[in-house]
Amino acid sequence: MTCKEFLKELTDYLDDSMDESTRAELEDHLQWCHNCYVVCDTTKKTIAIYRDSKMYELPDDLRSKLQSAIMNKCKARKKTPS
Amino acid sequence: MAVIQSKARDEASDELALVHAAKAGDISAFEQLVKRYDRNVFRIAQHITQNREDAEDVVQDAFLKAYENLEQFQENSKFYTWLVRIAVNESLMKLRRRRTDKTVSLDQEIQTEEDTMPREVADWSPNPEQLYKQGELKEILTRTINGLPTSFRTVFVLRDVEGLSTEETAEALGLSIPAVKSRLLRARLQLRERLSKYFKKPKKGADGNQ
Repeated sequence: MTCKEFLKELTDYLDDSMDESTRAELEDHLQWCHNCYVVCDTTKKTIAIYRDSKMYELPDDLRSKLQSAIMNKCKARKKTPS
Repeated sequence: MAVIQSKARDEASDELALVHAAKAGDISAFEQLVKRYDRNVFRIAQHITQNREDAEDVVQDAFLKAYENLEQFQENSKFYTWLVRIAVNESLMKLRRRRTDKTVSLDQEIQTEEDTMPREVADWSPNPEQLYKQGELKEILTRTINGLPTSFRTVFVLRDVEGLSTEETAEALGLSIPAVKSRLLRARLQLRERLSKYFKKPKKGADGNQ
């Protein structure tokens, strides 16, 4: 397996959505190719950092304001069920 | 695993019960759905629009649209996936309004080998997120993800930040599964490449020490 082929499969590898034999081939490649090992490892870290980053959390006061606004609009448009 | 699966099943059936009640006119059931997903919708909207006010508008517009069109929801997907689809469309509309000079589309895909071939292959420091203060780290992450094309950014956020499956992401964005996978790979690799600049291990002797 070449590095280019490894990269093509990286997303499926990280998402654990591949058959056993392809996984074994990729893991064999990782044993000896340090560059692909680093790319794979730092891609995992990239995903984890964003997943755990708590970017764009909705503050409680804004959240209540938005919820009230949404529900008021919904009530104004409420139709009788058919 | 069985416990997790059964919890997911309970949540799904509970969600469907709320949708049925809301469809029958129970507005408090719809309010439960708002409370369940408003934070997710806000996060997705802010990632796509890159603008706080637009994200606030999207949260309101998306839920209102969902409420008005609840009858159209066919229940062959999760309510949340359907809601995300509405929120993404509303966000893209906002983005298009602000960027009159550029076209904004989920179909865009920059086709070069270059954006997937890693140039930076230095290993990272063991705890990269601890290299910076919280505020600095958020700024780095925001700047980095905002530099991605909209289509890559949106796929990455739904898949890796919000945890939708590949199939759900494809459904929410109206893309094929191979298109989602291709954009996700490019998004992940481009983010990795750009973050390496901040997180890579310093080379020995780079600080002047022998």
